[in-house]
Amino acid sequence: MSSKGMEIFLQLFISGLALGGIYALVALGFVLIYKSTGVLNFAQGELMMIGAFVCFSFMNLKIPFYIAIIMTLIVSATLGFLIERIFLRPMVGKPIFAVVMITIGLSEMAQSIVEIFWTAEDRVFENPFPKEVISFGGIVISQAQITVIIVATLIMMGFSLFFKYSRLGIAMRATAFDQKSAQLMGISPKRIFGFSWAISSVIATIGGVLLASITWLSIKLGSAGLRSIPAAVVGGLDSTSGSFIGGFILGIIETLAGGYLDRPLGGGIKEITAYAILLLILFIRPYGLFGTKEIERV
Amino acid sequence: MSVLKECKLSYREDIKIFQTNFSLFWLYSFITFILIIPFIVDRHILSLLVFTECAVIGAIGLNILTGFTGQISLGQAGFLAVGSYTTAIFAKKLGLPFYITMPLSGIISAIIGLIVGLPSIKLKGFYLALSTLAFSKIIEHLAYRWVSLTGGAFGLDVPPPSIAGYYFNTERRLYYLFIVIVFFVIIYAKNILRTKVGRAFIAIRDSDISSKVIGINLIKYKLLSFMISSFYAGIAGSAYAYTLNFIAPDHFNIFLSVEYIAMIIVGGLGSILGSIYGAIVITLLPETIRIIAGKMGTLFPILNEAYLVSKMQKFIFGFIIVIFLLLEPTGLRGLWERVKTYWKSWPFTY
Repeated sequence: MSSKGMEIFLQLFISGLALGGIYALVALGFVLIYKSTGVLNFAQGELMMIGAFVCFSFMNLKIPFYIAIIMTLIVSATLGFLIERIFLRPMVGKPIFAVVMITIGLSEMAQSIVEIFWTAEDRVFENPFPKEVISFGGIVISQAQITVIIVATLIMMGFSLFFKYSRLGIAMRATAFDQKSAQLMGISPKRIFGFSWAISSVIATIGGVLLASITWLSIKLGSAGLRSIPAAVVGGLDSTSGSFIGGFILGIIETLAGGYLDRPLGGGIKEITAYAILLLILFIRPYGLFGTKEIERV
Repeated sequence: MSVLKECKLSYREDIKIFQTNFSLFWLYSFITFILIIPFIVDRHILSLLVFTECAVIGAIGLNILTGFTGQISLGQAGFLAVGSYTTAIFAKKLGLPFYITMPLSGIISAIIGLIVGLPSIKLKGFYLALSTLAFSKIIEHLAYRWVSLTGGAFGLDVPPPSIAGYYFNTERRLYYLFIVIVFFVIIYAKNILRTKVGRAFIAIRDSDISSKVIGINLIKYKLLSFMISSFYAGIAGSAYAYTLNFIAPDHFNIFLSVEYIAMIIVGGLGSILGSIYGAIVITLLPETIRIIAGKMGTLFPILNEAYLVSKMQKFIFGFIIVIFLLLEPTGLRGLWERVKTYWKSWPFTY
């Protein structure tokens, strides 16, 4: 590979990493809810979008970025709690189809709410990260991209510590592992379900704010949610560390495919790669790289 | 004696399509009503009714797969797209008449359905939903990017259907043409569900393990269900193409799939009649919202903004799905049955 070719490759690789960081965060949100409540939340992308828009509104009120973020996280945690309490709790024990559809219905409602209150136009999301780009050896990286990669990694590390050592984290793992035994040990699954949704919504918001920082703020942010599902499946729908690796793998493959195949195959490859990979992984290894293999002989 | 009259004495009697002469009477009145509607309503409403007919075909197809066989599909838009594009390409480029393109659309869609159904051998629940979603996204992508075949983002125009020089180029003519097709579609679906195949579908939905144990070939029947369902969707897509006279990739996004799922949820899962109710309600919903908003506009001037109304539609849509799932999971049909039994035994509760 010539040095020019190498440069292009590295450039794509770095933007893939940044995109992958976002996917990893959204995928973690999917996995958290799936693992503890057994629900695949199709409204994850919309939670992300609402988070970014709420943060945008706070910042419009001239609230400094970091305080705005904290306020947004409180709002989104409350939102997660409420969604679980109002819409998902009555669905416990109902067929999977109904649960899937209720989250899809919620995502439609969320999209329409955002369109009504904030309108559908694209906006620049004013982020506090310095505008200067860093360049070494011809490769250009924006500081927002670096922030995304670092924040995603930190959150992942934080969560693995949380699951390992904190009381709530251990209780969540216990509920996911065996709900009845957890209940016998004095853990309330309902409380755990509520917390899973709240935490997942917080993670989605962080992902949404970061994604808005490296792209722009628009109603299309929500579609990133659907595009992160492949990341969650590749990593394994019930594996938190898997979602991290799956997110980065997906981000890198997608960006590379977009960079190299777009011209020969006529555009739009970046959007479709994730779904092609999703189909492939569902055929070969539906439980993903790190998920638990469910054995069923029917 | 009256008890005996209520009871069914043989299986044949139990699966009879028209249980009583009374229901037959209602059916005849309903058919008469449907046949004279085009002379009552204006062109705008009539064009909505033509769309409703297309939706009925597609909703019955989805209900066979999801309501009767229990396989979740988020890919209905993909099958509709396959049907529409098949019709558009064959009708425009080869000039084939509709009575060839329409079945052809169904068949090609069924073949695609067979392929999309393959993962259902291994997957179920969320995973199956995801694989159908991925399929639908890939079809949408092909419709955008395979420009030489599909015309890309500009889409394709479709000539009106014709038989021996007679063109179905007005809403009224299309309405009557599609009524005939809808009629056959309903009869066919009703009859499939009364046979061995239909019973196998329902068994798979209720418990795949037990149906395997009693000797139902899961692979065969799951794939068959996918094929029948996508055949219907292909016919519906073809009907859409002829109604719109023009198709473009953005007609077939994920929202369309959600719309179809909403139809069978609102109407009632696992019920042909329910699919019809659902298709009618969901297709006419935007218009109803528009009319109500127009009336309310005099009270609340903000509702006069067409922009806001179009945004509200999506909200009401999601809201209806959620409310039905939470409060009335059997759909309108279940509601109707409950009201009926309530009045039958009134003033007693049972």
